[in-house]
Amino acid sequence: MVELARKLALPERRLPASPVLVVLLGSCVFLVIGCLQSTIFAQQTVAGLAQGAVYGSLALALVLIYRATEVINFAQGEMAMASVYIAYQLIQWGFSYWEAFAVTLAVAFVLGIAIQVAVIRPVQHKSVIAVVIVTVGLFILIDGLVNWKWGGAIRFMPAPFGGRVYHAGGVAFARQDLGTLVVTIASVMLLWALFQFTKLGLGMRAAALRPAAASLVGVRVNRMLAVGWGLAAVLGAVAGLMAEPSQFVLQPTLMQPILLYAFAAAVLGGLESPAGAVVGGLALGIFLNLIGQYVHFVTSELRLPFAFAVLLAVLLVKPTGLFGHGKVRKV
Amino acid sequence: MTALLELEDVHARYGPVRALHGVSLTVGEGEIVALLGANGAGKTTTLRAISGTVRRDGTIRFAGRALDGGADGAARRGIAHVPEGRGTFAEMTVWENLRLGAYTRRGALKDDFARVRSYFPWLEDRRGQQAGTLSGGEQQMLALARAFMQRPRLVLLDEPSLGLAPLLVTEIFRIVKELNEREGMTALVVEQNAHIALQAASSAYVLEVGRVALSGPSEELQAHESVRRSYLGY
Amino acid sequence: MRARVPAVASAAAVAVVLALLPFGMSGYHQALGAKVATFFIAILGLDILTGYTGQISIGHGAFMAIGGYTTAVLSRDHHTNLVLTMLVAFAVCFVCGLLVGLPALRLSGVYLALATFALAVSVPQIPLKFSTYLGGSGGVQSSRTVSHLWLYGVSWAAAAILFVLAWLILRGRTGRAFRAIRDSEVAAVSSGVKLPVYKTLAFGISAAFAGVAGSLYVLGTNGFAQPSEFGIILSLQILIGAAVAGLGSLWGVLVGAVFVGLLPEISSSVPLIGSAHGQDVVFGLLVILVMVVLPTGVAGLFQRLRRLRAPT
Repeated sequence: MVELARKLALPERRLPASPVLVVLLGSCVFLVIGCLQSTIFAQQTVAGLAQGAVYGSLALALVLIYRATEVINFAQGEMAMASVYIAYQLIQWGFSYWEAFAVTLAVAFVLGIAIQVAVIRPVQHKSVIAVVIVTVGLFILIDGLVNWKWGGAIRFMPAPFGGRVYHAGGVAFARQDLGTLVVTIASVMLLWALFQFTKLGLGMRAAALRPAAASLVGVRVNRMLAVGWGLAAVLGAVAGLMAEPSQFVLQPTLMQPILLYAFAAAVLGGLESPAGAVVGGLALGIFLNLIGQYVHFVTSELRLPFAFAVLLAVLLVKPTGLFGHGKVRKV
Repeated sequence: MTALLELEDVHARYGPVRALHGVSLTVGEGEIVALLGANGAGKTTTLRAISGTVRRDGTIRFAGRALDGGADGAARRGIAHVPEGRGTFAEMTVWENLRLGAYTRRGALKDDFARVRSYFPWLEDRRGQQAGTLSGGEQQMLALARAFMQRPRLVLLDEPSLGLAPLLVTEIFRIVKELNEREGMTALVVEQNAHIALQAASSAYVLEVGRVALSGPSEELQAHESVRRSYLGY
Repeated sequence: MRARVPAVASAAAVAVVLALLPFGMSGYHQALGAKVATFFIAILGLDILTGYTGQISIGHGAFMAIGGYTTAVLSRDHHTNLVLTMLVAFAVCFVCGLLVGLPALRLSGVYLALATFALAVSVPQIPLKFSTYLGGSGGVQSSRTVSHLWLYGVSWAAAAILFVLAWLILRGRTGRAFRAIRDSEVAAVSSGVKLPVYKTLAFGISAAFAGVAGSLYVLGTNGFAQPSEFGIILSLQILIGAAVAGLGSLWGVLVGAVFVGLLPEISSSVPLIGSAHGQDVVFGLLVILVMVVLPTGVAGLFQRLRRLRAPT
């Protein structure tokens, strides 16, 4: 593992601490065994993975912005939702689903940058509370705009992967779930590659970690922040577009519960860790599905509070999350 | 000798506190110039004024043109500022730090990496090591290497000897001199260790309370009565 | 303090205006006035916690829910006097605040914000699970409903009492301890301030205020307490109100309460805007604008004006 890290020029410290690795590996083993034993278990796991991939994408968007600016973007979900409506509109105008998908991602990127420049930049140096309130204001604004333009009535979008169900070994796998997994994992990997191997990614990481030192080597920190917001918006759009099919209809409240799950996933994985956000999302998705299936106390209304119980537990036991390193300082 | 860097009557302040009260100095192309003075004299602030990381008034000209704007602008004009604390990206690897050094460069970097390796051969083995886990001396050398990757016209070094054992300090300055002689790297070095700074530099300025108190060729200053007493200890 | 005389005078002036106001207003406007008072109390509570000890909470909707349900349940089951239920709500939420404040000692900054956010999301769901006693999604109805004028009077009376209470707490030793904690916990500890005591106390007081606000909120919706009333939006509204008011000062709280309580209503009646959604657009825009122009809130503006008038 260490050798691999060295080859990829990843600092060894980036791997999570050993007890956490043990727990994660143990859980994977447990899941595999469970899937082999029971078809219901396997189905819930795969469905949970797909849902978790959506949570993880949005959580990754949150973590990207948090790492760069110490701000939680409360509007991330609504930005994602608005992107889905844009895709809807494009499809109404005659684009095919995947054409609309691509254009929507581009539009989301631009809008993310625009929001950072127009609304966040004026406040970002003033106080963290002010920036958080601005994101709350954005939440309300975007929600209002979408409702205003398209109304609260439900709409229908074509399903990107169709409704086919595959059967393997007695387990039913929805093509939609598999497609969701592929798309979200692909976008996360692309993003990772961007950060790891390109100059832009290097600059963005430097700007997030040490803005003063980054300026000194010539990184335009403000520009990097704007690009960061653009990329986060793209991730959110992917999450939204993949979330919509599982809810069958499009309505303005699409992303609100998902934002909350994304918060839980981000905290679970560690607010400072992009890898943690993704792993946290997947873990949360699987965990919630399995708990919902096997623990009868946890009915569907309790799903969200249960996720938040997880969040609270993480905050009380290890606030920096599974993959986090820093110590939350105590006096 | 052409002047690469010219400061004319530069004032600087941190909020309401004035740190520089009209500093003027010149660094010629290909020179090593030392900036000496006690703690709080304004040496670091001078470097910050040049790289644009502190508010300032007055004129600063770099290669004949006025220098305005922020830190990233200075880097793009060819100024490498190695600040107090070395500006190392501790969470990133040695390799990534070097790549960041070359951020303003375009084109292939193979030659530059080869050159850096020739001056700092030990860096090759440590490519994947997290920069924060390097020793103080190694981090200082990494900082120099990073600055060199930028192929700057001017390097600003803030207290390179800070916290280092004498042998390492000698080594660092030897490398600075070598880079200056072989690669033509101009340097403005802030130092509290006046002895070694005056040996490496061709000329020096002594700052006191935000003003230039003395200046001249190193030999002159080394012989100067007050410099000897205050900064050289004999 | 020289500032005290004009401050007391302006507070008295405001009190007089508020007392006279309802007699010229329709029932609908009186209810609005009561709503502003409700927000006033909740924002006051949040200010004590976040503005004075620096502990961020996005969970005050949860305490409001507890207070509101206390009132509704007591009234439904025991026909308790409504004002008495408010006192009970105060006490119950004080204890709840202490209980939350204890584990909160281990968290700070964004982690605390997220933990309180979790509370705000989860607590309103509790009645859904324990629906037999707490009414489920159908809610709990108190045995009495009140007139708009009664509500206005009681709300503002409570607001005035709690404002004075806050002022008394904050100007004394407790207030100094709070401010010391906000500015530097390390320095506070080294000056002998017992962090756990004061931080938990701040949570308790803050929650108690929110509890009373919750009671009034429920009374304002015809005595009907239901989970959908206490969503996360409520906590966010209180936070916005506190930010607009300016954290760390009592004098902007009224402006914050007006901003959050009145603005949405007013903007929906402006013809260009029209629907409820237009009102959201306007409100969102205004929140952003206010934060960009006044990041330290109205209180910050007051401070700047005071400094301009008395340059040293």
